[in-house]
Amino acid sequence: MSSSPTLAAGAEAPVFYDDGHHHPEQGTLLGFWLYLMSDCLIFAVLFGCYAVLGRSYAAGPSGADLFDLPLVAANTAMLLFSSITYGFAMLQMQAGRKNGVLLWLGITGLFGLAFLSLELYEFAHLIHEGAGPQRSAFLSSFFTLVGTHGLHVTFGIIWLVTLMVQVNRGGLILENKRRLVCLSMFWHFLDVVWIGVFTFVYLMGTLP
Amino acid sequence: MSDPHDLSTLIFGRLSLEAIPYHEPILIGTFIMVALGGLTLLALMTRYRVWGPFWRDWITSIDHKKIGIMYIVMGLIMLLRGFADALMMRAQQAMAFGDSAGFLPPHHYDQVFTAHGVIMIFFVAMPLVTGFMNYVVPLQIGARDVAFPFLNNFSFWMTASGGALVMASLFVGEFARTGWLAYPPLSGILASPDVGVDYYIWSLQIAGVGTSLSGINLIATIIKMRAPGMTMMKMPVFTWTALCTNVLIVAAFPILTAVLVLLSLDRYVGTNFFTNDLGGNAMMYVNLIWIWGHPEVYILVLPVFGIFSEVVSTFSSKRLFGYASMVYATVVITILSYLVWLHHFFTMGSGASVNSFFGITTMIISIPTGAKIFNWLFTMYRGRIRFELPMMWTVAFMITFVIGGMTGVLLAVPPADFVLHNSLFLIAHFHNVIIGGVVFGAFAGISYWFPKVFGFKLDPFWGKCSFWFWVIGFYFAFMPLYVLGLMGVTRRMSHFDDPSLQIWFVIAAFGAVLIALGIGSFLIQLLVSYLKREQLRDLTGDPWNARTLEWSTSSPPPDYNFAFTPLVHDNDAWHDMKQRGHQRPTSGFKAIHMPKNTAAGFVISVICAAFGFAMIWHMWLLAGLSFVAMLVAVIVHTFNYKRDFHIPADEVTRTEDARTKALAALA
Repeated sequence: MSSSPTLAAGAEAPVFYDDGHHHPEQGTLLGFWLYLMSDCLIFAVLFGCYAVLGRSYAAGPSGADLFDLPLVAANTAMLLFSSITYGFAMLQMQAGRKNGVLLWLGITGLFGLAFLSLELYEFAHLIHEGAGPQRSAFLSSFFTLVGTHGLHVTFGIIWLVTLMVQVNRGGLILENKRRLVCLSMFWHFLDVVWIGVFTFVYLMGTLP
Repeated sequence: MSDPHDLSTLIFGRLSLEAIPYHEPILIGTFIMVALGGLTLLALMTRYRVWGPFWRDWITSIDHKKIGIMYIVMGLIMLLRGFADALMMRAQQAMAFGDSAGFLPPHHYDQVFTAHGVIMIFFVAMPLVTGFMNYVVPLQIGARDVAFPFLNNFSFWMTASGGALVMASLFVGEFARTGWLAYPPLSGILASPDVGVDYYIWSLQIAGVGTSLSGINLIATIIKMRAPGMTMMKMPVFTWTALCTNVLIVAAFPILTAVLVLLSLDRYVGTNFFTNDLGGNAMMYVNLIWIWGHPEVYILVLPVFGIFSEVVSTFSSKRLFGYASMVYATVVITILSYLVWLHHFFTMGSGASVNSFFGITTMIISIPTGAKIFNWLFTMYRGRIRFELPMMWTVAFMITFVIGGMTGVLLAVPPADFVLHNSLFLIAHFHNVIIGGVVFGAFAGISYWFPKVFGFKLDPFWGKCSFWFWVIGFYFAFMPLYVLGLMGVTRRMSHFDDPSLQIWFVIAAFGAVLIALGIGSFLIQLLVSYLKREQLRDLTGDPWNARTLEWSTSSPPPDYNFAFTPLVHDNDAWHDMKQRGHQRPTSGFKAIHMPKNTAAGFVISVICAAFGFAMIWHMWLLAGLSFVAMLVAVIVHTFNYKRDFHIPADEVTRTEDARTKALAALA
């Protein structure tokens, strides 16, 4: 990594080629961060829509009428627990314990499923009450924001199961570790987004 | 449920024979020509047994150079389609006065201008600039491929799938009649219940995924894979502009994705984001689409600024004037491009303060852009200028783009915009910057890097014909539109009442014919150059006495680009190497670690195109199946852990020895 400015005339030419041992850095984690930030922008748009349309009730029900905060609190707890358990899976990975990784990933997946089930129950309940996404712009943006998050969790679970199979078959090899780190970032990212949803949609939505 | 009618709806959705436009003679003629051309091509490919190599060396290739070539070929093919639309519009507007209705009914004309805009931006300009970045960036930074080679292949095929859907709309069903940004409520389900807008949504959505991923890929490539010694401020300017462009892509395309999802939900699910009732807000769509759309303009133009920078310094035989200011100007444009979107709809009525803010930010953008123009001029000043084709395009760009930039500043003044909004003045302005900038830049880039890609130069005579037809044709085609716009003629009209306007449209149509000759000359140039390739052959790998690393390797470069990674000591690394008497290594080659080809990207993209088609036509069964298939294909691909191989040292030695011999023969 020599970096000399322009040499004086007559000075000896520096080395212009490496000896064949140069390897570029691995870009996966940077690339995945970039992906997460682009995904974050999708959520930014959905949050923005909610901010604009969140009070356009079209003479229909409002958040204060609809949201069941204890249910949402339970839901939030599921997702937060799943983030902690994913953290335990990463600790097991660093300790090199494959079975520990699989165990904690499994628990994470179950928490994720619990979250999704509660969310689906909530959605079904709202639609049953006539407060479906077609009812008003408020409900359109609510279902889209929360549903997009749920869709992400769904794909996260599919990815998690796939990765469990791969870790089980291939062990904690470099590629699998990298994938575990990526999924970890994805999972925590969804947690962060959910905290935004919980705050801006549910808590602020039930304010009088 | 067992009703056969239900079953056929489940399978075919709303697709029926009615969707085939056999009563439209223009479309039938086009279809026959496309079909004959396609069949001839397929027959020739079978005759010369190129299917195998085509599959192995191109479709499944993860080589950034081949993917770059495929992007550019796609862009040029789509240019023909988009330009055919342009010719039809110019002909229609030159004819349809008074009693004459012209040859295109409004229903068809509206599709033509929508398709023209969509195709030119998404499937001509985008593939061209992405192609250049793909081909050139890894070579300029001394890398052997991009950061994620598989993703690169996948991105290309997603873009191609989107293009295929747009083309399918020509013969199955119809395209949107909404203008290229499909504003609701016109693009909503009430005003546009047919498949046109759905074709629009899904083709852009699928191509957009490819673009976003390619943006992430190139950022990671530029950040992580530069040759040792190449600090950020030693990167070639084209690489800098590519970096900024890809930052813009990653920061803008997700917004397009999201807003198109919202429009789809309105159309498919019945939500009320942009509807007129139940609380919807159509202006939110317009805001969001321009928050993507304005950066998109800079996504297109920044890379060609990079091309011009390379060309100017190479053909002036001088270091680029004001490298650092060029970099800062690029970064400032990148940031400012996010702060101007509202100037596309000053007439929304957001008030004087908001309009003033966006008017001023818009005018400020002309400062860094002006700085660039001066940098290019000062690079030429006292340089040894060689007026080869790339340089000619660059000079034409500098003149034309400045005119377009100045009309842009006019439009940035909100009160002036209230008068000129939606007029042909606007049309003239953005064609002035897109043709004068992006298209001229693409031609400069093609004529500049062609010898690198294929090992022989392009024929200059036909290139000059193409150049003069294009440039003169451009002025004939668009200067009348400025005049018409100032007289208050609005855009997207298929018929006019005032006969005094006709002469201007006739002049514009004449200009379009000149441009057609320019495109024809370009195609002839390609053919003639291929036939005369032995005469035009360049064995040095550096036919222009250029300055950046892509010219340090052979033309075309070997699969691995560089047998040994170059070490960078200065800006214009290759110029520095030539100045200080570098010795090309001729022995001691080692095996080179490279990524392996894969069919996964192609397969997933084809399934994705099928999914898009099924969604457009409401074929729910096919949509469900193809979605699951896509998921399965992705998962199966992740089980492939053997993604690389080594090019053996023997093979590298053979390739490099051949080059050593060729270079020795020249000396």
